[in-house]
Amino acid sequence: MSEEEQEMITKVEAPVYLKYNFTAGSAPTRFLAQIKKGVLAGQRCPKCLAVYIPTRGSCGRCGVPTVEEVELSDKATVQSFTIVSIPIPNNPIEPPFIIANVVPDGANVSFIHLMSECVNEEVHIGQRVQAVWKPEDEWGYSMDNIRYFKPLDEPDVPIELIGKLTVTGEEG
Amino acid sequence: MKEIAIVGYQQSDSRSDAGAVNEVEMIMPVLERTFAQVGINNAQDVDFVCSGSCDYMQGAAFAFVAGVDALGAVPPIKESHVEMDAAWALYESMLKIRMGHADSALIYGFGKSSPGELPIVLSQQLDPYYLAPLWVDTISLAAMQARMMLDQGLITERDMAEVVSRSRRNAMNNPHAQLSGDMSADDVLAQETYVSPLRKGDCCPVSDGASAVVIATVEKAKEWGVPYALISGISHAIETHNMGMRDITDSVSTRIAAERAGMKAGKVDVAQLYAPFSHQEIILTRALGLGDETSINPSGGVLAGNLMMASGLSNIGEVFNRIISGEAERGIAHATSGPCLQHNLVTVLEKAEKA
Repeated sequence: MSEEEQEMITKVEAPVYLKYNFTAGSAPTRFLAQIKKGVLAGQRCPKCLAVYIPTRGSCGRCGVPTVEEVELSDKATVQSFTIVSIPIPNNPIEPPFIIANVVPDGANVSFIHLMSECVNEEVHIGQRVQAVWKPEDEWGYSMDNIRYFKPLDEPDVPIELIGKLTVTGEEG
Repeated sequence: MKEIAIVGYQQSDSRSDAGAVNEVEMIMPVLERTFAQVGINNAQDVDFVCSGSCDYMQGAAFAFVAGVDALGAVPPIKESHVEMDAAWALYESMLKIRMGHADSALIYGFGKSSPGELPIVLSQQLDPYYLAPLWVDTISLAAMQARMMLDQGLITERDMAEVVSRSRRNAMNNPHAQLSGDMSADDVLAQETYVSPLRKGDCCPVSDGASAVVIATVEKAKEWGVPYALISGISHAIETHNMGMRDITDSVSTRIAAERAGMKAGKVDVAQLYAPFSHQEIILTRALGLGDETSINPSGGVLAGNLMMASGLSNIGEVFNRIISGEAERGIAHATSGPCLQHNLVTVLEKAEKA
C-alpha cells in the first residue's frame, strides 16, 4: 500500500484501570468514626489554635500534627455559596441547587455541603444554617450523614466574624 | 560560584505497609527530625522547598499538594515539586541556589506504594502508544534485561545472588531497612524463580516511607554551625523511551551523568546505587567503573527497602552520613527513574575542608 492510500490514524484507545486500597489516614479516620455517631469532630492546632474540619492530620499553616479533638455544633454560617443551574454528570440532584461553604460553630475553616429548604435567591453570606441529618440507622462513615443544611431563624453573622464563632455560637 | 553543602538528612522506616497513616502523616515526623537536626523551626527558615512524589501511586490527581500541609506554609513559602524521585528535586534546588535565588532549601520525597499494585502502576510510565497499553510491568521488563545479560554471558545467577546477599547483610546496620539478615548467595539461589530468571530476592520490595534533606550554601551551613558535606557535582542524563533502541545491558546515561558530575576527579570511597533489581547493581557498577576500593550500597540499597520517589534522595543522604561520620571522604549517590534504568542522576559528595 502506498503512503497516500494509508488511512490516517488520529486516535488510539488505551483505557487505564488501576486498583487501589485507599486509606483515609489516622486523623481522617478519627473524624469519620465520629461522624458515624452523628458528631462533627474537629481538631485543634497546638500552635495557632485553629480548629479544622474535616481533619487531615496537620495544621497546614504551622505544619504540625493536630491531635486535640473538639466536638463542634451542627449549626453553621454560610461563608460562600453558588447556585448550580446545570446538571452535573452522575449527580442525582436536580438543578438548580445550592452548594455552600459552611463553617460549623467552633471551627475556623469551612467545608462544602448542600443547602435546601431555602429560597435559592435569598441565600446569602453570613446566613445561619443547621444540619438536617439522615435517620440514625442510615449513618455511615460519610459526610452524607448530613442530608443538607437548612436556614435558621437567627441574625446574620457579620463577615469579619465568620469562622470565629465558639461552639455555642458566640463571638470567639 | 557558591559552594553548596548538605546539612541534614532523615528517613522514615521503610515498611511494607504504613497502614492507616496518610501521606502528610508519613512526612511530618521525618521533617520534624530534619528541622531538629539542622536547628531550624520549619520550612519558614529555608529559602526554597522542593518535593518529589508521584500521584499515580496514590491514584489521585494533585495528591502531592497534601505534602505541603506538613511544611508550615503560612506566611506563603517558595515551593516546587517534581513528579520524580526527590533526588531530582534536590537537583532543582541546586539550580535555585546557583542562580542566586536561595541560600538554603528543604527537599523531601515520599511514596506510599502499598495501596496500588506497584509494578502495574509503573507500567503507565512507559510510552503510551506501544508499551503502556500492553501493561508491561517493571518486574517483567527487568527480568528480560537480566535474561539478556545471562544469555550474553555478562553475568551469572550467582553474581546476582551475591548482590542480594551483600544487600541483606549491609542492611543489618541500617535501622530503617525493611529486609535485612545474614543471607548467603546460596540461600538466595535456593529460592524458586519468581519472574524468570529473577527470584524474589533479586527484586526490591514494595515499601512505604519518606525522606528529607536540607542543603545550603557553605556560608549558611557555617552560620547554622552544623556538620556538612559538599556537593561537588551533580548531573543527569536520559535514554530513549523506546526499549528496542537501548542497550539495556549497559547504562550509558549513568556513565555520561557521572562523567559530567566529575566522579573521576578523585577516589570514590562509597557509592549508593539505585538498583531495584540485583543485576542492575552490576550494570551500574560496571558503567561507573567502580572497583574494590569503593563500598557499594553500605545501607543495603533499595533491595533492602525501596521508597519510590524518596530512595534516590536517601542515597544522597546515606553518602552524606558516611562523610560526616568520617567513614568516607568522597562518594557518589545515584538515582534512577523509568524502566530498566532509563534516566539516571549522579551526585558527587566530598568532605568539607577544615573551616
